[in-house]
Amino acid sequence: MDNQGDIWEVFIQSKPGLAHKHVGNIHAMGKEMALQNARDMYTRRQEGTCIWVVKFADITSSIPEEDGSFFEPSNDKIYRQAVHYIMPEGSKNI
Amino acid sequence: MTDLDKFLEKINNNIKIEPKDWMPDGYRKHLQRQMSQHAHSEVIGMQPEGNWITRAPSLRAKVILLAKVQDEAGHGQYLYSAAETLGKSRAVYIEELQSRKAKYSSIFNYPTLNWADMGAVGWLVDGAAIVNQVSLQKTSYGPYARAMVKICKEESFHQRQGYEIISKMALGSPEQKEMAQDAMNRFWWPSIMMFGPHDQDSARSGDAMKWGIKIESNDDLRQKFIDKTVAQAELIGLTIPDKDLKWNEETKHYDFGAMDWDEFWSVVNGDGPCNDDRINHHIKAHEEGRWVREAANAYAEKNN
Repeated sequence: MDNQGDIWEVFIQSKPGLAHKHVGNIHAMGKEMALQNARDMYTRRQEGTCIWVVKFADITSSIPEEDGSFFEPSNDKIYRQAVHYIMPEGSKNI
Repeated sequence: MTDLDKFLEKINNNIKIEPKDWMPDGYRKHLQRQMSQHAHSEVIGMQPEGNWITRAPSLRAKVILLAKVQDEAGHGQYLYSAAETLGKSRAVYIEELQSRKAKYSSIFNYPTLNWADMGAVGWLVDGAAIVNQVSLQKTSYGPYARAMVKICKEESFHQRQGYEIISKMALGSPEQKEMAQDAMNRFWWPSIMMFGPHDQDSARSGDAMKWGIKIESNDDLRQKFIDKTVAQAELIGLTIPDKDLKWNEETKHYDFGAMDWDEFWSVVNGDGPCNDDRINHHIKAHEEGRWVREAANAYAEKNN
């Protein structure tokens, strides 16, 4: 079977100050080619100021079927939300 | 709740299905076929236009055509990437194309005979593709929907450059106008057949609609394309080659004539004017690039 290289996930920062956002992936042999391919694939129209590439095999993901138990620790802690707190009548700017 | 119930509930609530989610085998198979066919169409679609890069009539026309063909390569890559998330590698998809197990849009089996065809392809072929792709932005499979959003952003340039070419010719000398009309005559019917068979003859449409893969039916999309294209043709003085085409005041749509499905299926099944050329060229380019992939792999391993 033909070798098409590794899959690299691509993250682009669209302008300074913003987070890098996942945009898709590319195939490449090595880091340098991954960056160049990502540039050619995802920034043909000034879409970004910075690119990250990460080998797909190096990413660990949570598993959707286990969503319930995995995210459970935060479900019953509504006191982490600002709206949980009752402010005295008439209080402002808080 | 069974896995299938949960899956259908997500579809009904417009929650996208993501690669690691449970999905019915038929859903996965349908997407693998449809998305790879879509990717192959983008890649094979580079050939009829690539044919005219070296003979573009001006430097402006040449850089535009180069950028457009490069975009098509990019669109193919987005789609292969999305299709790979269904657990099948790009190498396998490409092998299926080259062995003709997988199909691509049959429109690309027609030749591009002269510069007017660059106009007709951009305006009509890309125009039809956009109507379909805009609808697919809402498809239920997340990676496919995201690829469609990106593609649609880039695709309107393609249609506009095509319409610019053909309108320049249609409004030019009598010979140029004749070429524009001739291109329209050859590309009109294959373009409206790009949407696929009539709904009642489309075997796989039922599941695809139920699973939210297809949002609008073949006939609805075709009607949308025809309705918006007629005025564009009239504006530049071109005649749509269909004597039955006329505005229907009752339905508020254009009625149109019968499509030649025998020709459509014969082209899909390999008997179009360029089927062999397209696949042979793809295999040739793939084989001639093999040493580059091997060298790049060797280099990457050495630097690991």
